[in-house]
Amino acid sequence: MPVNPDYAGREYPPAGPFEVTREQLTAFADAVGATGAAHRDPEVARAMGHADVVAPPTFAVRLAQQCEAQLVQDPDAGIDFSRVVHGQEGFVHHRPIVAGDSLTGTLHVDTMREAGGHGMVATRVELTDADGAAVTTVTSTIVVRGEG
Amino acid sequence: MSDLTRTVTVDRARLVAYAEASGDQNPIHQDADVAREVGLPDVIAHGMWTMGAALEAVTDYVGGDPGRILSCQTRFTGMVVVPEGETVEVQVTGVVKKVDEAAGTQTLELTATCQGEKVLGRCQAVVRLPGATA
Repeated sequence: MPVNPDYAGREYPPAGPFEVTREQLTAFADAVGATGAAHRDPEVARAMGHADVVAPPTFAVRLAQQCEAQLVQDPDAGIDFSRVVHGQEGFVHHRPIVAGDSLTGTLHVDTMREAGGHGMVATRVELTDADGAAVTTVTSTIVVRGEG
Repeated sequence: MSDLTRTVTVDRARLVAYAEASGDQNPIHQDADVAREVGLPDVIAHGMWTMGAALEAVTDYVGGDPGRILSCQTRFTGMVVVPEGETVEVQVTGVVKKVDEAAGTQTLELTATCQGEKVLGRCQAVVRLPGATA
Protein backbone atom coordinates (compact mmCIF):
# COMPACT_ATOMS: atom_id res chain seq x y z
CA MET A 1 0.00 0.00 0.00
CA PRO A 2 1.54 3.32 -1.04
CA VAL A 3 1.61 6.34 1.24
CA ASN A 4 -1.28 8.71 0.68
CA PRO A 5 0.01 11.82 -1.13
CA ASP A 6 -3.12 13.76 -0.13
CA TYR A 7 -1.56 14.16 3.32
CA ALA A 8 1.25 16.38 2.02
CA GLY A 9 0.93 19.89 3.39
CA ARG A 10 -1.40 18.85 6.19
CA GLU A 11 -1.17 20.58 9.57
CA TYR A 12 -2.63 18.94 12.67
CA PRO A 13 -4.22 20.61 15.68
CA PRO A 14 -1.76 21.17 18.56
CA ALA A 15 -1.03 18.04 20.64
CA GLY A 16 -0.27 18.08 24.33
CA PRO A 17 0.48 19.82 26.54
CA PHE A 18 3.45 17.67 27.47
CA GLU A 19 4.74 18.34 30.97
CA VAL A 20 8.55 17.99 31.10
CA THR A 21 9.86 16.64 34.40
CA ARG A 22 13.34 16.30 35.91
CA GLU A 23 12.78 12.55 36.07
CA GLN A 24 12.13 12.36 32.31
CA LEU A 25 15.24 14.37 31.52
CA THR A 26 17.46 12.34 33.82
CA ALA A 27 16.11 9.02 32.51
CA PHE A 28 16.71 10.12 28.93
CA ALA A 29 20.21 11.34 29.77
CA ASP A 30 21.00 8.03 31.49
CA ALA A 31 19.77 6.06 28.47
CA VAL A 32 21.96 7.89 25.94
CA GLY A 33 24.95 8.05 28.26
CA ALA A 34 24.77 11.81 28.81
CA THR A 35 26.60 12.14 32.11
CA GLY A 36 26.55 15.92 32.63
CA ALA A 37 25.30 17.54 35.83
CA ALA A 38 23.19 20.02 33.80
CA HIS A 39 20.74 17.14 33.13
CA ARG A 40 20.47 16.32 36.84
CA ASP A 41 21.41 19.13 39.23
CA PRO A 42 19.20 22.25 39.21
CA GLU A 43 21.97 24.29 40.86
CA VAL A 44 24.43 23.47 38.07
CA ALA A 45 21.78 24.24 35.45
CA ARG A 46 20.94 27.58 37.09
CA ALA A 47 24.62 28.53 37.20
CA MET A 48 24.56 28.09 33.39
CA GLY A 49 21.60 30.46 33.18
CA HIS A 50 18.79 27.90 32.85
CA ALA A 51 15.59 27.84 34.89
CA ASP A 52 15.97 24.17 35.83
CA VAL A 53 17.71 20.99 34.67
CA VAL A 54 18.23 20.97 30.89
CA ALA A 55 17.25 18.36 28.31
CA PRO A 56 19.84 16.48 26.24
CA PRO A 57 19.84 17.78 22.64
CA THR A 58 17.70 14.95 21.25
CA PHE A 59 15.18 14.69 24.12
CA ALA A 60 12.52 16.49 22.06
CA VAL A 61 12.12 13.32 20.00
CA ARG A 62 10.12 11.92 22.90
CA LEU A 63 7.54 14.66 22.42
CA ALA A 64 7.78 14.83 18.63
CA GLN A 65 7.07 11.12 18.17
CA GLN A 66 3.88 11.47 20.21
CA CYS A 67 2.80 14.17 17.75
CA GLU A 68 3.90 12.13 14.71
CA ALA A 69 1.73 9.22 15.92
CA GLN A 70 -1.31 11.17 14.68
CA LEU A 71 -0.04 10.58 11.15
CA VAL A 72 1.82 7.28 11.45
CA GLN A 73 -1.08 5.49 13.18
CA ASP A 74 -3.73 6.85 10.81
CA PRO A 75 -4.73 3.88 8.60
CA ASP A 76 -5.68 6.21 5.73
CA ALA A 77 -2.12 7.60 5.61
CA GLY A 78 -0.87 4.25 4.29
CA ILE A 79 2.27 4.07 6.43
CA ASP A 80 3.09 0.40 7.13
CA PHE A 81 5.15 0.85 10.28
CA SER A 82 6.77 -2.59 9.95
CA ARG A 83 8.42 -1.34 6.73
CA VAL A 84 9.55 2.03 8.07
CA VAL A 85 13.23 3.00 8.04
CA HIS A 86 14.31 6.18 9.75
CA GLY A 87 16.10 8.37 7.22
CA GLN A 88 16.95 11.68 8.88
CA GLU A 89 16.30 13.61 12.05
CA GLY A 90 17.01 17.21 12.95
CA PHE A 91 16.49 19.60 15.85
CA VAL A 92 16.61 23.38 15.89
CA HIS A 93 16.66 24.62 19.47
CA HIS A 94 15.11 28.08 19.70
CA ARG A 95 15.81 27.72 23.40
CA PRO A 96 16.75 24.69 25.52
CA ILE A 97 13.99 22.51 26.98
CA VAL A 98 14.06 22.58 30.80
CA ALA A 99 12.20 20.72 33.53
CA GLY A 100 8.91 22.43 34.30
CA ASP A 101 8.20 23.25 30.66
CA SER A 102 4.69 22.63 29.44
CA LEU A 103 5.07 22.12 25.69
CA THR A 104 2.59 21.79 22.87
CA GLY A 105 3.47 20.22 19.51
CA THR A 106 2.03 21.05 16.12
CA LEU A 107 2.65 18.40 13.45
CA HIS A 108 3.16 19.39 9.82
CA VAL A 109 3.45 16.93 6.95
CA ASP A 110 6.03 18.59 4.70
CA THR A 111 6.48 15.74 2.17
CA MET A 112 4.44 12.63 1.49
CA ARG A 113 4.95 10.86 -1.81
CA GLU A 114 6.08 7.70 -3.55
CA ALA A 115 9.56 7.75 -5.08
CA GLY A 116 11.36 4.82 -6.66
CA GLY A 117 8.91 2.33 -5.22
CA HIS A 118 9.30 3.62 -1.65
CA GLY A 119 7.21 6.02 0.40
CA MET A 120 8.94 9.23 1.48
CA VAL A 121 7.46 11.03 4.47
CA ALA A 122 8.97 14.20 5.95
CA THR A 123 7.36 15.68 9.04
CA ARG A 124 8.02 18.73 11.18
CA VAL A 125 6.88 19.26 14.74
CA GLU A 126 6.93 22.78 16.13
CA LEU A 127 7.14 22.68 19.92
CA THR A 128 6.01 25.80 21.74
CA ASP A 129 5.87 26.66 25.42
CA ALA A 130 2.94 27.74 27.57
CA ASP A 131 3.43 31.34 26.39
CA GLY A 132 3.29 30.26 22.75
CA ALA A 133 7.00 30.92 22.18
CA ALA A 134 8.95 28.61 19.86
CA VAL A 135 11.12 26.08 21.74
CA THR A 136 12.21 23.34 19.33
CA THR A 137 11.61 22.44 15.69
CA VAL A 138 11.95 18.70 15.12
CA THR A 139 12.20 17.41 11.55
CA SER A 140 12.03 13.73 10.67
CA THR A 141 12.20 11.81 7.43
CA ILE A 142 11.08 8.20 7.19
CA VAL A 143 11.16 5.82 4.26
CA VAL A 144 8.46 3.19 3.89
CA ARG A 145 10.16 0.37 2.01
CA GLY A 146 8.29 -0.91 -1.02
CA GLU A 147 7.01 -4.46 -1.30
CA GLY A 148 9.48 -5.68 -3.87
CA MET B 1 37.43 21.82 25.66
CA SER B 2 37.44 18.10 25.10
CA ASP B 3 37.84 16.58 21.69
CA LEU B 4 35.04 14.84 19.83
CA THR B 5 36.45 11.31 19.82
CA ARG B 6 34.92 8.64 21.98
CA THR B 7 33.59 5.09 22.06
CA VAL B 8 30.04 4.55 23.28
CA THR B 9 28.58 1.15 24.10
CA VAL B 10 25.14 -0.36 23.88
CA ASP B 11 23.54 -3.59 25.02
CA ARG B 12 19.98 -4.90 25.21
CA ALA B 13 19.39 -3.42 28.66
CA ARG B 14 20.34 0.02 27.38
CA LEU B 15 17.88 -0.30 24.50
CA VAL B 16 15.10 -1.15 26.97
CA ALA B 17 16.07 1.92 29.02
CA TYR B 18 16.08 4.08 25.89
CA ALA B 19 12.70 2.72 24.77
CA GLU B 20 11.28 3.64 28.16
CA ALA B 21 12.90 7.08 28.27
CA SER B 22 12.03 8.02 24.69
CA GLY B 23 8.65 6.32 24.40
CA ASP B 24 9.81 4.48 21.24
CA GLN B 25 8.64 0.95 22.00
CA ASN B 26 9.05 -0.41 18.46
CA PRO B 27 9.75 -4.12 19.15
CA ILE B 28 12.52 -4.35 16.52
CA HIS B 29 14.70 -2.64 19.16
CA GLN B 30 13.96 -5.26 21.83
CA ASP B 31 12.67 -8.52 20.33
CA ALA B 32 14.90 -10.54 17.98
CA ASP B 33 11.97 -12.57 16.63
CA VAL B 34 10.12 -9.45 15.55
CA ALA B 35 13.30 -7.96 14.09
CA ARG B 36 13.94 -11.08 11.98
CA GLU B 37 10.33 -11.22 10.83
CA VAL B 38 10.79 -7.83 9.15
CA GLY B 39 14.08 -8.86 7.58
CA LEU B 40 16.62 -7.51 10.07
CA PRO B 41 19.59 -9.63 11.16
CA ASP B 42 18.80 -9.20 14.88
CA VAL B 43 17.67 -6.50 17.30
CA ILE B 44 18.98 -3.09 16.19
CA ALA B 45 19.54 0.03 18.24
CA HIS B 46 17.16 2.96 17.80
CA GLY B 47 18.79 5.34 15.33
CA MET B 48 17.85 8.05 17.78
CA TRP B 49 19.77 6.27 20.53
CA THR B 50 22.88 6.40 18.38
CA MET B 51 22.33 10.07 17.57
CA GLY B 52 21.77 10.93 21.23
CA ALA B 53 24.82 8.97 22.36
CA ALA B 54 27.05 10.55 19.69
CA LEU B 55 25.91 14.07 20.58
CA GLU B 56 27.13 13.64 24.15
CA ALA B 57 30.55 14.33 22.63
CA VAL B 58 29.21 17.71 21.54
CA THR B 59 27.75 18.53 24.96
CA ASP B 60 31.18 17.79 26.43
CA TYR B 61 32.84 19.90 23.75
CA VAL B 62 30.83 22.97 24.75
CA GLY B 63 31.64 22.57 28.43
CA GLY B 64 28.63 20.54 29.56
CA ASP B 65 25.96 23.16 28.81
CA PRO B 66 23.38 21.59 26.45
CA GLY B 67 21.95 25.08 25.89
CA ARG B 68 24.99 25.82 23.71
CA ILE B 69 23.81 23.30 21.09
CA LEU B 70 21.72 25.43 18.74
CA SER B 71 20.85 22.71 16.27
CA CYS B 72 21.78 19.16 15.34
CA GLN B 73 20.83 16.79 12.57
CA THR B 74 21.83 13.47 11.07
CA ARG B 75 21.17 10.91 8.39
CA PHE B 76 20.87 7.29 9.44
CA THR B 77 23.14 5.35 7.11
CA GLY B 78 23.55 1.99 8.82
CA MET B 79 22.35 -0.27 11.60
CA VAL B 80 23.81 -0.94 15.02
CA VAL B 81 23.04 -4.64 15.52
CA VAL B 82 22.82 -5.62 19.19
CA PRO B 83 22.93 -9.41 19.77
CA GLU B 84 21.70 -10.84 23.07
CA GLY B 85 24.37 -10.88 25.77
CA GLU B 86 26.80 -8.66 23.85
CA THR B 87 28.05 -5.14 24.40
CA VAL B 88 28.47 -3.38 21.07
CA GLU B 89 30.83 -0.46 20.51
CA VAL B 90 30.11 2.61 18.39
CA GLN B 91 33.09 4.81 17.51
CA VAL B 92 32.41 8.55 17.34
CA THR B 93 34.81 11.06 15.81
CA GLY B 94 34.30 14.68 14.93
CA VAL B 95 35.84 17.73 13.34
CA VAL B 96 35.19 21.46 13.35
CA LYS B 97 33.72 22.03 9.91
CA LYS B 98 33.14 25.76 10.03
CA VAL B 99 33.80 28.70 12.34
CA ASP B 100 31.58 31.78 12.29
CA GLU B 101 33.51 34.36 14.29
CA ALA B 102 30.82 37.04 14.02
CA ALA B 103 28.08 34.77 15.33
CA GLY B 104 30.35 33.05 17.85
CA THR B 105 29.36 29.66 16.52
CA GLN B 106 31.02 26.54 15.18
CA THR B 107 29.60 23.82 12.97
CA LEU B 108 30.81 20.39 14.06
CA GLU B 109 30.57 17.26 11.96
CA LEU B 110 30.48 13.87 13.63
CA THR B 111 30.94 10.41 12.19
CA ALA B 112 29.72 7.29 13.97
CA THR B 113 30.76 3.82 12.89
CA CYS B 114 29.91 0.34 14.13
CA GLN B 115 31.72 -2.82 12.96
CA GLY B 116 33.37 -0.67 10.29
CA GLU B 117 30.08 0.59 8.85
CA LYS B 118 29.10 4.24 9.01
CA VAL B 119 25.85 4.44 11.00
CA LEU B 120 25.43 8.22 11.14
CA GLY B 121 26.15 10.37 8.10
CA ARG B 122 26.23 14.15 7.78
CA CYS B 123 25.76 14.36 11.53
CA GLN B 124 26.22 18.04 12.27
CA ALA B 125 25.73 20.31 15.24
CA VAL B 126 25.90 24.09 15.41
CA VAL B 127 27.19 25.24 18.79
CA ARG B 128 27.77 28.54 20.52
CA LEU B 129 31.13 28.53 22.22
CA PRO B 130 31.67 29.45 25.86
CA GLY B 131 32.59 33.13 26.01
CA ALA B 132 30.61 34.01 22.90
CA THR B 133 27.61 36.26 23.50
CA ALA B 134 24.18 35.49 22.11
